[in-house]
Amino acid sequence: MDQLIAVCIDGVIYSSWLFTSAIGLTLIYGVMKILNITHGSFYALGAYMAASVTGALLARGMEPMLSYVVLLASAAAVALIVAPLLERGLLRFMYTKDEVVIMLITYACFLMLEDAIKLIWGVDPYFVAEPYGLLDSFEIGSLTYPNYNLILIGIAVASGLGLVYVLNKTRVGRLLLTVIHDPEISRAMGINVDRFYLVTFSFGAFLASMAGAFTAPTLSVVPAMGVDIIVLSFAVVVIGGLGSLQGAAVGAVIVGLVRSISIHFAPELELFVIYFVMALVLAVRPRGLFSVAEARKI
Amino acid sequence: MKTRLLTLVASLSLAWTAATSHADENAPIKVGVVTFLSGPAAGPFGVPARNAAEITAELLNAGKAPAPYAQKGFGGAPLQLVLVDEAGSTTTQVTEFRNLVQRANVDVVIGYISSGNCLAIAPVAEELKKLTVFFDCGTPRIFEDGSYKYVFRTSPHATMDSVGAALYAKDVKPNAKKFSGINQNYAWGQDSWSDFEGSMKQLIPAAQVGTSQMPKLFAGQYGAEISALLASGSDIVHTSFWDGDLEAFILQAGPRGLFKKSTVILTTGETAMYKLAAQIPDGVIIGARGPFGVFAPNNELNKWFSSNFTDRYNVPPNYAAYQMTQSFLGVKTAWEKAQAANGGKRPTPEQVIAAFEGITYESPGGKVQMSLGKGHQAVMETAYGMTKKVGGKMTVEKVKRYPAEAVNPPEGIKSADWIKNGFKK
Repeated sequence: MDQLIAVCIDGVIYSSWLFTSAIGLTLIYGVMKILNITHGSFYALGAYMAASVTGALLARGMEPMLSYVVLLASAAAVALIVAPLLERGLLRFMYTKDEVVIMLITYACFLMLEDAIKLIWGVDPYFVAEPYGLLDSFEIGSLTYPNYNLILIGIAVASGLGLVYVLNKTRVGRLLLTVIHDPEISRAMGINVDRFYLVTFSFGAFLASMAGAFTAPTLSVVPAMGVDIIVLSFAVVVIGGLGSLQGAAVGAVIVGLVRSISIHFAPELELFVIYFVMALVLAVRPRGLFSVAEARKI
Repeated sequence: MKTRLLTLVASLSLAWTAATSHADENAPIKVGVVTFLSGPAAGPFGVPARNAAEITAELLNAGKAPAPYAQKGFGGAPLQLVLVDEAGSTTTQVTEFRNLVQRANVDVVIGYISSGNCLAIAPVAEELKKLTVFFDCGTPRIFEDGSYKYVFRTSPHATMDSVGAALYAKDVKPNAKKFSGINQNYAWGQDSWSDFEGSMKQLIPAAQVGTSQMPKLFAGQYGAEISALLASGSDIVHTSFWDGDLEAFILQAGPRGLFKKSTVILTTGETAMYKLAAQIPDGVIIGARGPFGVFAPNNELNKWFSSNFTDRYNVPPNYAAYQMTQSFLGVKTAWEKAQAANGGKRPTPEQVIAAFEGITYESPGGKVQMSLGKGHQAVMETAYGMTKKVGGKMTVEKVKRYPAEAVNPPEGIKSADWIKNGFKK
């Protein structure tokens, strides 16, 4: 019984982390039709910024509980500085190009940002372990979980529900849905589509860097850490359906639970199981579980 | 007149030949150095190894090494390093290796941390007939499943680490009932766990396997794996994690209480013991893949290497740095032996190889014997110890040393068979 509970808790924690990491990717794709490979760079930048700034402030005697605020502020700083530069400075000139071309451009940016990270932070690992162990822990059976995991779950739930609320219950959200449905008509009706693109890209980047910032206390922040997250996030949004928030949530839960079951009962299958599920879903629903049928424009 | 002119031309030719011959003897020896300069393995492994290569070459070129390495460079010829990043796929590494040999025209290649890369490079080195020395990678399969003329490995292979870890586990937990492992899912991790599991079955037959976790390399998130290890109720947990994976595992396992509930063996833990001193509690078993770093002997070579490295880089050398310097000293020993046998002239690669096979030499880590793999694979003694903080500073206590013959299979017998047969010779 303890093991079944552990499977569920581990699955939920991993799903939360995955969802927070993937939601920005699906948001940007849903609004802008950009499969944003720099998502991995924002994740890594968030982690580096959080680890270096939080570490420096803690070393100068900052109250440890404030480190959570610093993690969040670091993610916001990355999104506010780098995302507008990238969107206004490069991507906005590419919106008329094919989706594949834009994806390749973001891939090129990803490679450049990887080198920029090495230029700024070097190749030595960064650590900021304090926030992970600061909040005590809870026990279930023989297992101990740091309460920090509850923050990760909270961030995932707040991000998901917050986005659903904004999209469906606010004026800005309804305008954004209009932009998603048809940017040209939206522009003709006086909606500032460029501003929506800028804000969406920056917010998507913020979600990625926030995932990185809050993951930083649990690992060593090292070069190339943004590579794997892109692959995993892509698996999640593909399972759920590109551009679908509900899809990303369900995709993250499926991947998290399946991986957790595998680790507890058949660890030798762990490598294979996530991509097996992805292949299975795509075989049945090639556009993902929550893909919406699109009307063909003539 | 004609005779005098001919004599002059002949004299000039002889003088030119002698001069160029002398110049050739002292022409720089190009050494390709391959190690991780980017990616998760750069900080804890690749960069210390590169630093070791640079300072060792510099000290050897200046003739500032103690005996028997006092002669400048290799046999008097200065060393010139060509650095290559090991990050990227094995395909990339094979291409980079070909570039080193065919474009950069290096005389010898010293490198490779990843076992996957070593397995891919060995046959290519053989094909290109280039003397190649692996300095760190651990899989025993290189010389147990293959036979190479041009390839050497101057560090002991993973069997030594795993058998040593099992011997230490038996010493500190002789009544262990259950043991588990978490290792990376590729050659190094699989071989390490296989040897450790086999050794434990021989040394503590009553102990059962709880769980064997094999996450992928650089996975980073180990929450569920740690739950499985905790749930297994194991007395001993073995991991051969290295690089950022080792650090992430320590950061995540500590707050989960794994170090308190089980005796954890970190076979490569020496690389993280100072950086993560606050996160590693007392009583964790630490290894350094041989008698390196905190386990290194108190000899002149170690004092020379350790003090020069620490003065230059402000951190003590870790085992990756020791292994790199050990490789340089191995090639130097073989090169100078071959040169002496060649009447003081620069030796051919084949002469260096003949001199290298089966030699015994001293390094900052102690005695290195090239006694396995037909003289191409090194063995050494190894050591394990337990972490103990003294005055807030990380140290090791209860250090146990195991002689080379106790932790390495004899020549001609595969590691798995040697372990399976109860370590019989």
